[in-house]
Amino acid sequence: MGNDIKKVKLPEAVETPSRFRNTIGKYTIKRNSNCIGCGLCAELCPYGVHKKPINYSRPFRPVEHKCIGFKCKENDFYCIDRCPAKALTLRLNPIMETIGDYRWPAEMMLAHFAMAETGDLPKVDLEYNLGNSGGGFDKIRFIKADPDQYIELDDEEIDTSVKLNKTGDNRPDITISIPCYGGGMSYGSTALSVMIGRARMAKRLNTLTCTGEGGYPPELLPYKEHVITQVATGLFGVQEETIQRCPIMEFKYAQGAKPGLGGHLLGEKVTKEVAAMRETVIGSSLFSPFPFHSVYSVEDHKKHLDWMKEINNRVLCSVKVSTPTDVDMVAIGAYYAGAHIFHIDGSYGGTGAAPDIAKKNIAMPIEYAIPKVHNFLVAEGVRDKICLIASGGIRNAMDVLKAIALGADGVVIGTAELIALECIRCTNCESGRGCARGIATTDPELSIMTTEEYTEQRIVNMYLAWRKQWCSLLREFGMQSIKELVGRSDLLVHLDYLDEDERAKYQPAPQQHMII
Amino acid sequence: MPKKYHIETSLAPPRFQPIGKYTTIEFREDCAGSCRECVKKKCVYNIFKDNYQHMSSMAEPEYVYACMSCLRCIQECTKGIFSRVINPEYRTLGDQYWNADIFHRTWYQAHTGSIPVSGAGYRGPFVGQGFDSMWTDMSEIVRPTRDGIHGREYINTSIELSRRPERLSFNEDMSLAIEPPPILELPLPILFQLPSFGLLSTNTLLSIIKAAAKIGTLVLIDPANINDTFKPYLNNLVPMLTSDNYASYSDIIANCQMVELAYKKGIEKEFEKLRNIKKDLFISVGIPLTPQGSDIALELAQTEVDTLHYYADKDGRELNTEDPRFLKDVIREIHLKLVDNAIRQKINLLFSGGIAMAEHVNKAIICGADAVAIDNSLLIAMECRMCLRCKDGLSCPVKLEDIDSEYGCARIMNLMGAWRNQILELLGAMGLREVRRLKGEVGRSMWFEDLEEENFGPIFGKRKVPSF
Repeated sequence: MGNDIKKVKLPEAVETPSRFRNTIGKYTIKRNSNCIGCGLCAELCPYGVHKKPINYSRPFRPVEHKCIGFKCKENDFYCIDRCPAKALTLRLNPIMETIGDYRWPAEMMLAHFAMAETGDLPKVDLEYNLGNSGGGFDKIRFIKADPDQYIELDDEEIDTSVKLNKTGDNRPDITISIPCYGGGMSYGSTALSVMIGRARMAKRLNTLTCTGEGGYPPELLPYKEHVITQVATGLFGVQEETIQRCPIMEFKYAQGAKPGLGGHLLGEKVTKEVAAMRETVIGSSLFSPFPFHSVYSVEDHKKHLDWMKEINNRVLCSVKVSTPTDVDMVAIGAYYAGAHIFHIDGSYGGTGAAPDIAKKNIAMPIEYAIPKVHNFLVAEGVRDKICLIASGGIRNAMDVLKAIALGADGVVIGTAELIALECIRCTNCESGRGCARGIATTDPELSIMTTEEYTEQRIVNMYLAWRKQWCSLLREFGMQSIKELVGRSDLLVHLDYLDEDERAKYQPAPQQHMII
Repeated sequence: MPKKYHIETSLAPPRFQPIGKYTTIEFREDCAGSCRECVKKKCVYNIFKDNYQHMSSMAEPEYVYACMSCLRCIQECTKGIFSRVINPEYRTLGDQYWNADIFHRTWYQAHTGSIPVSGAGYRGPFVGQGFDSMWTDMSEIVRPTRDGIHGREYINTSIELSRRPERLSFNEDMSLAIEPPPILELPLPILFQLPSFGLLSTNTLLSIIKAAAKIGTLVLIDPANINDTFKPYLNNLVPMLTSDNYASYSDIIANCQMVELAYKKGIEKEFEKLRNIKKDLFISVGIPLTPQGSDIALELAQTEVDTLHYYADKDGRELNTEDPRFLKDVIREIHLKLVDNAIRQKINLLFSGGIAMAEHVNKAIICGADAVAIDNSLLIAMECRMCLRCKDGLSCPVKLEDIDSEYGCARIMNLMGAWRNQILELLGAMGLREVRRLKGEVGRSMWFEDLEEENFGPIFGKRKVPSF
């Protein structure tokens, strides 16, 4: 490779610790009363688990999430063995069993907390690439790359950008620097600081975030080049100005969390501010109908896109649908109606509250929908004219790569961004005052638990860590750009489709029984 | 405008503290006791309201049904004295099929009448056995019915359990030349039957029967259990008879709409005699779900039967076979056999066993059922924990036998109200306006094997691990 490769300037990772006093670690370290306060542990531990400031008689309570656990035994700084008073005990943290679920096991969550804190991959032995779902991404692996393919490139020299306008229709060539942008989470469903923090993150990383269906608060204006305006079936907060100011508008026909159902914001979350933004009544539940009651044919759909293009002659149009059995037909319809981006949202994702029956049962998982749509668009000869974006159940950096190899150009991330903000997936986003951890809430007491700076930096950190994983895999396959990976499903294997001896060469799928 | 069908729900809190999923544990020896910042006082959900006095007077740590697992107490306690574990009792709740999660959801629905809602996406495995290996469609997006969420109340969930003439014939003056059989319509595709366990006292039965009467559905019941208390509800009772004993229950039969006869070879000979006791009696035949089920269906479909009721085991599997198939596949086989023989429309298929969640109703109907009957869920709605102590003659931890029938009825109605709303959600997403159109409509569903073959086959080749 020559010197003509453009180096990407990445934002800086800044250590952004947890908002909570006690962090959750895979291991627990307890210090008992035998401690003589010698401070040896604090001197020894290079990971910062033990701290003993000058003039303190005892060390602080151990910072458990930084402890690398039993593998530390081989180090000469292993505090448990070195403690002269034998005052320290190391155990697996029993709480691990009570958090997480099949799709987001506890280790994957803790690893993302660590990435969001440091901007680097976790040092603790946590499995963050594979969930425990027993299918889909969790059973798909990349083949072992031929060592000859390896290219020596710095991360800055690898291109992870995605071009969003492939139509050649003279509208702006919008390119985002990472293959991800933020999913729609509306004003009202998350705290304002989270919404603005995500927009600040999008600006820092040169990507996008989305308003969701809840209006466009003026606080977003400084970041307007990075904010997608969503037009959903309730048309809440959609105004001519909000279409005029956005680089991309997104038609939300359906969303993965509740495919086939409309949005639903519970009355408790409709505060004075939310009601004003949505032009509705305080405390009254807000339903978005399903589907668009002005769209009953592909011609109606084209009419909508034409309106938007007329209102803003620079806007790119994205069409977001969930994954019905004939999602490929919907894709081709969207293309001929003039969409720049076709966005499929798989049934297992979503951040907002939805009936459990819908999340589990309606529409197909994204792993099936991506190749289905990609291959159909290829067969129709239009694949290179439309940008295919996937979302819904894409949890980590490897899922992003797998989705791209299956045929997507890029992905939309929602849940992982919230996990970066220490969402613990307790799933009570909708109950009473909203999220007890101050993320998905507009409650005046709870929503001040997060700040814009924290939100921005934690998510930037997480994407910087992800980018390291992306670059590492691209280097192995000799790819200088992530665009070369699109549709390369020949680089993937599925464990259930391999003979036993062949399967043994790959990391097995976690098969832990969980209590969820 | 005709009155719309609606199941009234009302809050019916549990009588006994339900088994919670989590329990917060405290290392009290580390508690500062005087930090004045006790996280228990700050709980967003206020679950410690009875337990945040000074530590000297605190009660023992309780198993907290109400814990919403936000972990804030654990992460914010100034001394880090809290941790959390899974309640060991929760682990032992139910069994492999009727798992603890089903109990919690059923209790929640019976308590509130609301459908379970949560945030943060789906938490379960990618695919599972039985009904968990199929997804329903949301073709509303490409085949919209123009009724959206605001029109859910216009979706019809009623079904028929009466036989239909295969064809109509007319006289020369265009009047009907045949006498069409009477029609039995139920407002929702769910019937009740009694579980094989439980303290089925008069109060327990009355709860179930009252709920059925209010909802407008039927209860399948052993006629020996029908006492004077239940006589006002005979219209909603379906006595389960045998060819040997029905003669002695003719007074009951004369007041019922429908009866069920246990299957045996030549059972159709009894139909006429039954209809001599009551003209226009609707007859169902109760058949154990075995590999011979589809042959029996074809044989009986030629007769004057209205409904065939197949009994699977409690986990929805076939009986009397070494390699039992799940309900999903057997329903499909029976339904298709009748379709292939052009006789499916004449009769109705009812299935029971293993129907544990609202989604199972839709999925059974997609496979080809007209309706399902539920059993264990009725008791779980009334707080049953399926500990099966009653089978050994031991006391019931939730005193099921003493339940107030109005309360029991309210809990069951709540459950059915919530289930019906979920059935509507799925129908709405599928763009269907009535549940009858869902019968056998596999086009509105996606099956694991098909999705794998269609989408992964071209990429990964042939599947080497059998699906299930």
